[in-house]
Amino acid sequence: MQAPATRRESVRRGSGLGGFLGRRAIAGALLVVGITLVAFVLTHVVPGDPAAAALGQRAIEDPATVATFRAKYGLDDPLWKQYFTYLFGLLRGDFGISQQTRRPVLTDLVEYLPPTIELALVAIVISLVVGVALGTVAALKRDRWPDQLIRVVSLTGVSVPTFWLALTASLIFSVKLGWFSSTGQLDPGYPKPPTVTGLLLVDSLLDNDPFTFQMGLHHILLPALVLAAYTVGLITRFTRASVLEVLGNDYIRSAHAKGLPRRTVILRHVLRPAMVPIITVSGLAFGSLLSGTVLVESIFSWPGLGQYAYKSSLALDLPAVMGVSVIVAVIYVVINLVIDVLYGVIDPRIRIS
Amino acid sequence: MTIPDEPRLELQAELASGRRLFSRKDAGLDRSPWSRPLAVIGAVLVVGWVLVALLAPLIAPHDPNAQDFARLQPPGGANVLGTDGLGRDLLSRIIYGTRITLPLAVLLVVLATAVGTVAGSIAGYFGGWVDTVVMRLCDLVFAFPGIILAMAAAAALGPGLRNAVLALTIVMWPSYARVVRSMLLGLREAEFVSATRLLGASARRTLAVDLRPNVAGPVLVLAALEVGNAVLLLSGLSFLGLGAQPPDAEWGAMVSEGARNFDAWWIGVFPGLAILTVVLAFNFLGDTLRDALDPRTARALKGSS
Repeated sequence: MQAPATRRESVRRGSGLGGFLGRRAIAGALLVVGITLVAFVLTHVVPGDPAAAALGQRAIEDPATVATFRAKYGLDDPLWKQYFTYLFGLLRGDFGISQQTRRPVLTDLVEYLPPTIELALVAIVISLVVGVALGTVAALKRDRWPDQLIRVVSLTGVSVPTFWLALTASLIFSVKLGWFSSTGQLDPGYPKPPTVTGLLLVDSLLDNDPFTFQMGLHHILLPALVLAAYTVGLITRFTRASVLEVLGNDYIRSAHAKGLPRRTVILRHVLRPAMVPIITVSGLAFGSLLSGTVLVESIFSWPGLGQYAYKSSLALDLPAVMGVSVIVAVIYVVINLVIDVLYGVIDPRIRIS
Repeated sequence: MTIPDEPRLELQAELASGRRLFSRKDAGLDRSPWSRPLAVIGAVLVVGWVLVALLAPLIAPHDPNAQDFARLQPPGGANVLGTDGLGRDLLSRIIYGTRITLPLAVLLVVLATAVGTVAGSIAGYFGGWVDTVVMRLCDLVFAFPGIILAMAAAAALGPGLRNAVLALTIVMWPSYARVVRSMLLGLREAEFVSATRLLGASARRTLAVDLRPNVAGPVLVLAALEVGNAVLLLSGLSFLGLGAQPPDAEWGAMVSEGARNFDAWWIGVFPGLAILTVVLAFNFLGDTLRDALDPRTARALKGSS
């Protein structure tokens, strides 16, 4: 995603933040086109006859049906033409028809994306709070026992297979102990609040319904914690490294020397500059959370994109799988743009104009 | 990850923020790695699992695929870890699982390293448009979160272990390409390279004879330590039904069976523990060794600025 120059340098060299963001946006758009190309190659060029997949065995034996089908979907056109048909279809929101739900993939995506976004948001908040705290402690207690302990915790976090953690946590905390409800967003049969944002927790607050909010929170906590295991490990490692780097600076010694309270030094002088790489990695981590839901949601019966992708992949429903990957990749690109903007907010040296 | 994206996230974040975060000193390598307990635990676990894989027929109590026992027996009886939904001995299946997981994870890393090294060397050595094309291709792969791209590729290629390895190769090669490229950017201006070129060596000879030894060592070490991530990705694809197919005794697929049998907790929990210990072992080793042996962060930043 990065041009050869690092982002901060290209900001300093470039013509202000606006121009920088413009260039990044263009690069992002090109990347999205590339993503559609990958999705196209995977759906159209790789073995497997789409006519056979869509029509089934009976119809395939009738040459006339096959010919009509191929003509209708432009399968006899040259590949580049098929790609442009596909691309313009995407621009109109036409991701094809899911073979599994028999609905347009776009309709499915619109339905399943918000619960996943909500899950990933809760998970990233947990990861940032826990990860930054653990990483800071580890850096401050470098090479002493808290650091060693946190190192083991964060390595375990990045090593644990998420799908197994989901299963085990669900067995222990829902089935055995009954602390969490482990299926769906709300208790079965309980009505959802009116849709405003699509995010259940937000919608229930907007609806002024604290009971539903509480129930939603109760349901989302365990899947979010499971999902966060990896990103907590990741962010902890980055925070530790980043804080250590900042601690080595002279101005930290000066801040201590002029008698500032330790707390102030850590919060203002250490954590703020240390946040730049942490923000970068949490943006990237958010993308990996979205894809992590593929391995987690089915176990928690979470009605999101991950479970949709899981079921589609089991059914080899290619339009659906490609729809999910295009959407997730596009979100990834957008997040990276947002991070570029955040740099300016966090690091005033980048705020040029 | 969730998704074992860690090394590439590490690299990306370092490149993006323009900082070198994981340094040699930080890894505590002023001391011998063997004085660090985590590395020792990791090494012991790795050796242990390799032994299990080698000796599987000798130590497995039963045939992993024989449906000889009562279904869904809990652990502790005649079957130490219980039986699965088809009455197969779980312990034997986990032991034989090493023979699928470990070789394929190694194969995957070898393939990804080979593709990445070739692409990265060509990009770094020749520069220009070749470099641009290869690097944009890497960007493209990086834009997809790992398991999603692997899932899409595996679904398109058709389920099966061979295709899962191919799909994951597509996901993993760019990390190596970037590392090798940045090493070569640093090396190609070196005097010994100019000397060879002036003596009339071809680009191919320069790459193969003069540059390869400089790159091979670090890349091999980096690759060896990535086996844990490969295990995680492969078992993830198998969990999704896109890797191992029945009746293969593969750990990810076994966890997936456990997820369908919530009443029989042992079916999923034990194979998952096997995955965890393997991955943890490689990461314990890696955390201690990688920073010392991996010049990528330093060179990547030097090469890119």
